[in-house]
Amino acid sequence: MDLNALTIEAARAAVQSRRTTATSLAEAFYAKIEKTDPEIGAYLTLSKDRALEQAARMDSLAAKGEELPPLGGVPIGIKDVMVTRGVRTTAGSKILGNYIPPYDCTAVARLEAAGAVVLGKLNCDEFAMGSSNENSAWRPVHNPRDLSRVPGGSSGGSAAAVAADMALAALGSDTGGSIRQPASFCGVVGLMPTYGRVSRYGLIAFASSLDRIGPLTKTVRDAAIVLRAIAGRDPMDATSAEVPVPDYVAEMEKPVRELKLGVAKEYFGEGLDSEVRKSVEAAIQRLAGSGCEIVPVSLPHTEYAIPTYYIVATAEASSNLARFDGVRYGYRARDARTLSEMYRRSRDHGFGAEVKRRIMLGTYALSAGYYDAYYLKAQRVRTLLVRDFEEAFKTVDAILTPTSPTAAFKLGEKVDDPLSMYLADIFTVTADLAGIPGISVPCGETKENLPVGLQILGKHFDEATILRVAHAYEQAA
Amino acid sequence: MKVTEKDVAYVADLANLELTQDERRLLLRDLNSILDYVDRLSQLDTTDVPPMAQVSDRYGVDQSRTGSARFAYASREDILEGLRKSLPHEVALQNAPDTDGTFFKVPKVIER
Repeated sequence: MDLNALTIEAARAAVQSRRTTATSLAEAFYAKIEKTDPEIGAYLTLSKDRALEQAARMDSLAAKGEELPPLGGVPIGIKDVMVTRGVRTTAGSKILGNYIPPYDCTAVARLEAAGAVVLGKLNCDEFAMGSSNENSAWRPVHNPRDLSRVPGGSSGGSAAAVAADMALAALGSDTGGSIRQPASFCGVVGLMPTYGRVSRYGLIAFASSLDRIGPLTKTVRDAAIVLRAIAGRDPMDATSAEVPVPDYVAEMEKPVRELKLGVAKEYFGEGLDSEVRKSVEAAIQRLAGSGCEIVPVSLPHTEYAIPTYYIVATAEASSNLARFDGVRYGYRARDARTLSEMYRRSRDHGFGAEVKRRIMLGTYALSAGYYDAYYLKAQRVRTLLVRDFEEAFKTVDAILTPTSPTAAFKLGEKVDDPLSMYLADIFTVTADLAGIPGISVPCGETKENLPVGLQILGKHFDEATILRVAHAYEQAA
Repeated sequence: MKVTEKDVAYVADLANLELTQDERRLLLRDLNSILDYVDRLSQLDTTDVPPMAQVSDRYGVDQSRTGSARFAYASREDILEGLRKSLPHEVALQNAPDTDGTFFKVPKVIER
């Protein structure tokens, strides 16, 4: 049995039946991390004590013949923007370089309550701002498929760890595509749930009207299992919705025959790589072959999504990141003589270039004289983008698009041109702005063996349908 | 160019950033290039379109109610130690760069 290549159900069953132990499983993953991670760079911090303690707990349950919880003994990694009690959490930033959180993120606590074993914290772009993971203050992540290429971002460590068998599953966060795009670049499944579906308590905030937590996994079934464990109302997050959580695995297995799937021409225009187009069109044909009805739809404001996003997200970020001032936690510049100098120097030395760029853009957009022209304008266009989806979902059950216009690009290729980096999110930001769920599922490879992702977008709180379509595609492919 | 050197200095001040000369030069270039791209939003007539700050009042809430009543499920009594106990004093100070054991310590507040 290859312990590193199991699915969630297989791992849990193996621990339950004592064919292996949660402890050996965790140790196998740590051995793999030790061997592979020097060249990938997925992990920032390992939480061995916490992992082995939890594994021992699961082993003792299994030894007593008690039924394990749904993720009993399953080794997972956590993106470093989610706080973990007693385990260093940096958000990929120097400003939090020594931060040891005094509490746990709800999503992490729920996974542990469901039996999962937290292996450690995964690399990401600083404060989740980036599309290539090159904005990590610590080190870049390399794509396991081709070490000269990026894993995508900002959950690049999460996607690379799952792709390289260094975690059975991982949590990521998505603000403009940060779960789905790296999943697509690394050839794994990435699910962004509906806004309000999963508590953000303990997620270090980037843009509060957009941020979501979701799983990166090897199979659609695994994504359904993780989502079930983390979803649902949390009194600690007022934005978490009081909407019942269905049994996603049961829902996922329902047949897709006669589902109506929309294809929007706006996602297949200029800038889409021809090999990506071919793979995604083949995936759409395969779903048609499974009995789905393919329906053309229009999302006419798609081209305005990136400019809208980069105003809304940076405005919110400039406000959220104001809390980093060197007073209560985090980095403090030592040479300052006054309080104001200390704030400025701590932020100057603590934040990286992209974070400062976004704080500056967001502050500019919110400043007197520009607020109406940028921030308010972007919010109005956001309404138009939401209406596009509401209109489309009157006729279809889900929408199929490419996850990213290209496969993984080379490290260094876009670092000097922020705008070209922002355009990497062109097919993913729309769902963030509209609050709808989306999943990226692998759909073939380019000639250079780079993975391509099919994105499936769904209605609010209808993760069940996109999981069902993704599962049907995965089974048919 | 929309954004001038003066704007960069002004915005840096608002954002509590100092920035080196090099950083200011690059930001001047980047902000102008990004805002040029953002300008395509002005092609859209949004006179009658309401702004949307977030989506959560539209979905997953009681649509028969209006305003904050839609979020009635999220309200609770305003009581001490409501959802969880506050952090013990020493835990709250654990990550602080400088304390006197009771308070966070910072450089002197009054300038000039």
